[in-house]
Amino acid sequence: MIGKQRNGVDASGYPLRKEGLRKRPRVNEVIIQSVLFFAGFFSIFTTLGIVYELGKEALLFFRTPEVNLWNFLTGTSWQPHINQFGILPLVTSTFITSAIAMTIAIPLGLAAAVYLSEYATEKVRKTLKPILEVLAGIPTIVYGYFALMFVTPLLRSIFGRDVVEIYNMASGGLVMGVLILPLVASMSEDALNAVPRALREAAYGLGATKLEVALKVVFPAALSGIAAAIIVGISRAVGETMIVAVAVGAGPNFTFNPFRGAETMTGHIVRMSGGDLSYDSIDYNSIFAIGLVLFFITLTLNIISQRIVRRFREVYE
Amino acid sequence: MDTLDNNRYVIQARNLGIYYGDFKAVTDVNMDIERNKITAIIGPSGCGKSTLLRAFNRMNELVPGSRAEGQVFFDGEDLYAKGVDPVEVRHRIGMVFQKPNPFPKSIYENIAWGARIHGYRGNMDELVERSLRQAALWDEVKDILHRSGLALSGGQQQRLCIARAIAVQPEVILMDEPASALDPIATLKIEELMQDLKKDYTIVIVTHNMQQAARVSDYTAMMMLVNDGSRSGTVIEFGETTKIFTRPSDKRTEDYVTGRFG
Amino acid sequence: MSASSPAPLGPFQDNLPHRHRVGAVWQWIFFSATVIGIFVLSALLLNIIDGAFGYVALEARVDPDTLAVNGVPLEELPKEELIRILQERLSASAFNKLNDEKPFEERSQANVYDLVIERVVKYQVLETWSLWESLTRSAEIRARVAEEFPQAELRFVSWLTVETIRRPQSSEAVNAGVRTAILGSLWTIMITIVVAFPLGVGAAIYLEEYARDDWLNRLIRTNINNLAGVPSIIYGILGLAIFVRALERLTSGAMFGLVDPTTANGRTVLSAGLTLALLILPLIIINAQEAIRAVPQSLRKASLGIGATKWQTIWAHVLPNALPGILTGTILAVSRAIGETAPLVVVGASTAISFDPNLFSRFTTLPIQIYQWTSRPQGEWRHLAAAAILILLTLLLSLNATAIVLRNRFTKRF
Repeated sequence: MIGKQRNGVDASGYPLRKEGLRKRPRVNEVIIQSVLFFAGFFSIFTTLGIVYELGKEALLFFRTPEVNLWNFLTGTSWQPHINQFGILPLVTSTFITSAIAMTIAIPLGLAAAVYLSEYATEKVRKTLKPILEVLAGIPTIVYGYFALMFVTPLLRSIFGRDVVEIYNMASGGLVMGVLILPLVASMSEDALNAVPRALREAAYGLGATKLEVALKVVFPAALSGIAAAIIVGISRAVGETMIVAVAVGAGPNFTFNPFRGAETMTGHIVRMSGGDLSYDSIDYNSIFAIGLVLFFITLTLNIISQRIVRRFREVYE
Repeated sequence: MDTLDNNRYVIQARNLGIYYGDFKAVTDVNMDIERNKITAIIGPSGCGKSTLLRAFNRMNELVPGSRAEGQVFFDGEDLYAKGVDPVEVRHRIGMVFQKPNPFPKSIYENIAWGARIHGYRGNMDELVERSLRQAALWDEVKDILHRSGLALSGGQQQRLCIARAIAVQPEVILMDEPASALDPIATLKIEELMQDLKKDYTIVIVTHNMQQAARVSDYTAMMMLVNDGSRSGTVIEFGETTKIFTRPSDKRTEDYVTGRFG
Repeated sequence: MSASSPAPLGPFQDNLPHRHRVGAVWQWIFFSATVIGIFVLSALLLNIIDGAFGYVALEARVDPDTLAVNGVPLEELPKEELIRILQERLSASAFNKLNDEKPFEERSQANVYDLVIERVVKYQVLETWSLWESLTRSAEIRARVAEEFPQAELRFVSWLTVETIRRPQSSEAVNAGVRTAILGSLWTIMITIVVAFPLGVGAAIYLEEYARDDWLNRLIRTNINNLAGVPSIIYGILGLAIFVRALERLTSGAMFGLVDPTTANGRTVLSAGLTLALLILPLIIINAQEAIRAVPQSLRKASLGIGATKWQTIWAHVLPNALPGILTGTILAVSRAIGETAPLVVVGASTAISFDPNLFSRFTTLPIQIYQWTSRPQGEWRHLAAAAILILLTLLLSLNATAIVLRNRFTKRF
């Protein structure tokens, strides 16, 4: 046979089996598993950190005598230097810019998704999809530049310089729509693709046209996935920062006119922290309070979208 | 309960039941697997053949929520006793799968890797050659040992998987429909190979092909769903292959082997 | 049966031509929507290129031609002559200060020439034009400059040059560059990768290979999905509270006695890198999970079936086969981090840095620089921002291309 008899090694070259099937101590396996568990658990700390820090500083904010919760939630003026802390102007501008963004992103994104999933040949799809992905990968600050340097001048030349302010919600919202378009398109396309072939074939077999199959069979079947895509899009719009910081304005403004400047929640946080913020000042605490509101809005939207996606999966898998 | 004889029998299952969650896939199996013999497990699809086979080296544990009750004695030691290391179990009781699954590494590495993790300190080249020879693959691959295992044909891949299992020197090799993905010629080669391997190893094979079971095995276990609506399977008849195929004692076995089964 | 005269449609009013027409219209609509996306992308790129080149009207405080010696133009003068010019034109204290920063003997000719341009010639930007304006209204621009700024020199410049990359930040747009910003980005991203990659891949291995389906692991999974959707600015706030403030002793370097005199607080490269690491951690985990999941189960069974332990199986078979996917996902996550601006503003990026950063120094990054330059009202800074965007996009495109090549090279192995 092979191998010479050596200490602890049997004739075949393998270590002698002393302990039968008994478990051998495998210390490194245990250590590795613990390290990996820590890595997996780590993200819980991030969440706890977010909730704890936002909560703690926000609490300090609400404890200061100048602030009360009712005025915070219903006040229409945010002027920290004269102790007015009503979050509504920040919230309305956030929702106006997001609404403008979604009126761009939803129809265009869904149409692009239907085109890519139902109409485009494999070759066209392989060219167009990466382009949309590139669009999604461009840093938002670049979109901010684009909004300020291209879209704003364009709007001003169309609607008149005295109608459209240099910093305005429309420009930021439109560009944000372009930013979110690829996200909505690619998530919706995934949902459309997940609709089983058999369903399409059934409809074609009845003599439906391509459009009828796409709009009346596939689209409704993918509706929950599409809804999830839209909600994620909204959440993204609400949290988007650099476009609004560059193009929308530098002061809170309670207005519903999209051509006027205003400041969103994110834009305000960026402007406040851009200066040297001293710890424990009311300004410092206020950005945590705004951050907390932002966090809960986006978290709620994300949870809803995940719920929808999960239900959707159960139907088709 | 009958007595354990671990000189004659390498694996002895006692009241073995296997659950996936609340579903009991296999129930109440008692069978003794004789050393250096080939034992076939046959039966209609979905009756738990693969599940039973995997219970013999605790591979079924990889399915989340699965558990076993009863005992499986291997050389007299209960595989499911506390403190038994499933890793060690799988070292001693190897497995060949339905679909050939070589590692995406070289042919040589496919065999050497297993030996290395088990602390093999002999001559690796010799071991690789010997394992490939035993698997009747050496002549076909001796010049391409450093090519990827995935470059081989399906039948060659399956023999490579057998060589890989042999290389760690198990006592038992479990084969889960090893030829079902292969063409007839490759199947024939695997069957011949099994006859050669029987000298050194005990083989348990699951097959849905009754002719194959009749051709290769010494013993045959017939599995069926228990007739109580629970959808769990059990061994309804176990004995020498010639007897099972010529004079079955159970009517259901007779129906199945003669092709009268639904 | 008895259909003697076949009624064409019977009870059906099929109207197929109309249905096909509607279909064609909608197909056109769907297609245009997709094209609009591409159109906007081109508009965006053109807009940036439009800003990165064009005419500039410059006025020099001292005409460089008058500094020529014996007919040798300024840029070709030897170093000694250039030093002499500096000595003559600058105050003694300013001259000595330059010498203190770096002795003149050690400076190159090019460097001293830059100093002469910056300190003596002192170009002032009077007005700038975009590429489109420069190309289409060239004559008009020349006439206006001749009329309004008779002293000025009209030059066609590229704001993106090798010099732009080489030079540090400066108070004059014509002399400013992105060197410190690029170095800041690289430092930051290095820390981000060092922290987020092992942690993210480790978490993915745990979740895919070890975690059972119990409440704790479900919580971890849901939590990671939620974290991926948290706006980046929230991470900035977290970084401000944790890394900049609570861990100031660590992130300022005080713990190691390495405090950078220019900072002496937690608003450092290290804090920025750690903040971005938290930001991309969920992305890396999710991408790595997908890559690990794509490794066929048969491979794991093969390895476990010959008695390998779990970790041996993961290390020898799962990870090598998941690696291309993991790397692709990581590159995509890292390019997201490279482009991030908002969290770094909150963490406390500096407005102007003219020195090369290190781990514990104040920081700026490429996107931060773009943000600050875009926010300035003077046109010349916006041109510089366009140039910086081109650099940033080139960097990101090459990263993405690498990711795509990786993905294509290693897919379809099974």
